[in-house]
Amino acid sequence: MKRDVARRRWLRALLYVVLSIIAIPFLFPTWWMITSSFKTVNQIFAFPPSLIPLTPSMDAYVKAFTFQPFAQQYFNSMYIAVVVTIITMLISAMAGYAFARIRFPGQNILFVVVLIGLLIPSEVTIVPLFQMFNNLGLINTHWPLILVTSFGAPSVLATFIMRQFFIALPGELEEAGRLDGLGRFGIWWRVAMPLARSALAAVAIFTFLNAWNLYLEPTVYLSTPELFTLPEALTHFVDPYSGPMWNVQLAAATMTAVPVLIVFIIAQRQFVEGLAQTGVKG
Amino acid sequence: MHTDTTISPARAHSRAGGTTASSRRRFLTLKRRDSIAGYVFIAPQLAGIIAFVLIPLVLVVYYSFQKWNVLSGTIEPAGAANYQKLLSDPQMPTVLGLTAIFSVGLVLFNIPLALLLAVLLNRRGKGITFFRTAFFSPVVVAIVAWTIVWQFLLQDNGGVNALLKIFGIQGPNWLESGPTAMAAVIVVQVFKNVGLNMVLFLAGLQGVPREVQEAARVDGASSRTVFGRITLPLISPTILLTVIITIVGSLQVFAQIAVLTKGGPGISTTVLVYYLFQQAFQFHNFGYGSTLAILLFVIVLILTVIQWQMRKRWVFYEA
Repeated sequence: MKRDVARRRWLRALLYVVLSIIAIPFLFPTWWMITSSFKTVNQIFAFPPSLIPLTPSMDAYVKAFTFQPFAQQYFNSMYIAVVVTIITMLISAMAGYAFARIRFPGQNILFVVVLIGLLIPSEVTIVPLFQMFNNLGLINTHWPLILVTSFGAPSVLATFIMRQFFIALPGELEEAGRLDGLGRFGIWWRVAMPLARSALAAVAIFTFLNAWNLYLEPTVYLSTPELFTLPEALTHFVDPYSGPMWNVQLAAATMTAVPVLIVFIIAQRQFVEGLAQTGVKG
Repeated sequence: MHTDTTISPARAHSRAGGTTASSRRRFLTLKRRDSIAGYVFIAPQLAGIIAFVLIPLVLVVYYSFQKWNVLSGTIEPAGAANYQKLLSDPQMPTVLGLTAIFSVGLVLFNIPLALLLAVLLNRRGKGITFFRTAFFSPVVVAIVAWTIVWQFLLQDNGGVNALLKIFGIQGPNWLESGPTAMAAVIVVQVFKNVGLNMVLFLAGLQGVPREVQEAARVDGASSRTVFGRITLPLISPTILLTVIITIVGSLQVFAQIAVLTKGGPGISTTVLVYYLFQQAFQFHNFGYGSTLAILLFVIVLILTVIQWQMRKRWVFYEA
């Protein structure tokens, strides 16, 4: 019996050793990104490398804001992601609710039409979308990013998730709302939406992250640094003569990644559940 | 409006209870008003899909039959010239081969690792929670930030080689030769996203009834047998789903390649999506770019259909 306990303890310790080794490539890059951003270029490439910055310097952070309009770019990313998230939450909650709870002719066919959005990679439609916005004179503006991301293919998954949620909602609650004299809109907004917090949180999380991380679309639509969003801005910290400015680039990357990481650590469960939903996609 | 006249039991009951003609008329208008509400509710989403998915999809087919240089602004009907170009493009076999290597490599590395992590972490404990967070954390790091760090680590004098040097190994210049660059792109992508698949597998593993596993243990099965004969078959729907999602996802990997290797060295990491981007937006050939987009679409469509078929046939039970 005692030997069994000892053996189990050993196995547990072994498990943690194995997990720690596997964890290195998952954690080390983030650690290295943060610590290197406080080093000078010479310290970054010192051998043996130091795991913590011995003489922390904020130079890279200062330079990140002077080399590019980084504050503006940060604001761009932030407001685009927020606007896209709010619009997506609204339209997906509306459409999801209608597909789940309202009976109307042609409903199933229209749902299939919407689901086509899940099938089509954004790379497939990028050329005609570019041309469409070009004809409208909206290239090198934020409009294509906001409109396509909020209303186009990326919002379909949100609609699908909201529909799955509203289908499971008990009908009595709506009936009660109706008896209180609420119309469809009132039932949706006053009864269904407050109950849908968890689904809405999931939608908000993956929509925000998707918008925050978007790279192909900004690369295609935007050409002025003042209009860039963060992912594209990160790739432009390059000195024309001496190549990438590593510490500055890593400082900018840290400012892009760390706030999201902190929110993730606080609201872990919601993040994991929300992002696991994106697996429903296939 | 005639298609929707089915009567639910509740309504049939109230009608049998003696509803008058006038209230029935009101009921119908209520119902009609409800249908209108339905259309209003889906309108924004539907309009978005029509404007930003369906119309572009039709246009991309049309574009693929045009000879179109964006710089000179010339568009002329080209018949099937772009498709002939696709078939005779000397780079095409390489690009498709690289796309296949990338997707297969990704799946072969990602799925077993995700499954291993899920099995190791399918238990309780504080430490376990920490490791779950750790393995999932790259998922929420912006893809370009993640890739930039790896690009930095994979340089000749970067962190990876410094680490190898401590063990006395002289590492290669990872991003400067074809095979290692491809391996790097795959590995960077796997560490970024394997946490998602891990979570899906964890959910699958938690859906396996404990009693079945314990019963098998009582009957004398080793833990390896239990895993191979009971757990694995029971989570096969999850595995299948994950494999297809991962393949379809791998066909859309753009940012990592654009940042890490720009398709190089040479064209050794130029997968289909990146080739499409180059043709359309660097060489300004919208016609041929559209043809490549259709090729991408067809491949994704085939994979999706295969997924549906396999779901019907192979899977032991739907979770």
